[in-house]
Amino acid sequence: MTLEAMTVSPRDAEKYEEKEFGFWLYLMSDAVIFALLFATYLVMVGNTAGGPTGKELFSLERAAAETLVLLLSSTTFGFAAVALSAGDRSKVLMWLAITVLLGACFIFLEIGEFCGMIQEGAGPERSGFLSAFFTLVGTHGLHVSVGLLWICVMIGQVFFKGLTAPVASRLMRLGLFWHFLDIIWVVIFSVVYLPGVL
Amino acid sequence: MDASSGIPIERTARPYLIGIVLALILTAIPFWLVYDGALPRETLLMVIATFAVVQIFVHLRFFLHIDFSTTPRENLIALAFAAVLICIMVGGSLWIMFDLYHRMMV
Repeated sequence: MTLEAMTVSPRDAEKYEEKEFGFWLYLMSDAVIFALLFATYLVMVGNTAGGPTGKELFSLERAAAETLVLLLSSTTFGFAAVALSAGDRSKVLMWLAITVLLGACFIFLEIGEFCGMIQEGAGPERSGFLSAFFTLVGTHGLHVSVGLLWICVMIGQVFFKGLTAPVASRLMRLGLFWHFLDIIWVVIFSVVYLPGVL
Repeated sequence: MDASSGIPIERTARPYLIGIVLALILTAIPFWLVYDGALPRETLLMVIATFAVVQIFVHLRFFLHIDFSTTPRENLIALAFAAVLICIMVGGSLWIMFDLYHRMMV
């Protein structure tokens, strides 16, 4: 059934709108947390304590690959939202599964990057710069991981419960979360990686 | 926002397609400029910052569907408030910390 054809009582409709507003407030407060982590990073970026700098550690190719998979995953989530509005359950499942795969690629690339740095002796304990780097990029990675878990839960709900109004409402909030993480990543590559390799 | 169900309805994938094309262009240019390295450092930093800000607006418009006519007013107010808070906190922190840094160096 398409979203338009769905009958939702006015009370439920109001409830979904309130939930979306509440979730939006959460996203804004999360943006403030990230903004402060960015401020911390910018203050700490020069404090390498004689250790490696961003120029030696960051890979432009890896950052570009991470950006590409995350941007694509945002788009495929959008396709899932369109399929949801059209009431096409199998397409919703397909696009959500593709989104999970792309998100998992991102996490795989990031974990590879972190492990490589730690093995080179450039872990978070090496310098103030690296502490700030791991905190900032790690917090984003943690958000993406939670997002992946949430998408998997929603795949289960779409599969077992179908495209009901509560499920659709949850998927829309998940979409806000997923697209929001993309914006944070844009700031990460513009503040951390690109200036880092200069 | 659809008035009857409280759940936004997305009829076409068009905004996402426009969004991904713009985002890829706005990402590829700064990455290529940094890879190329022909521009002076200061100019490059300004270019990266400008492209980032433009890309944030592209994401807000085409992925998060922020719109002055359909997005509820309270969502826009929350967004504007968060933006002001972020400017004060990030700008203020950097101002204080770098001022302190310069005074300590003297």
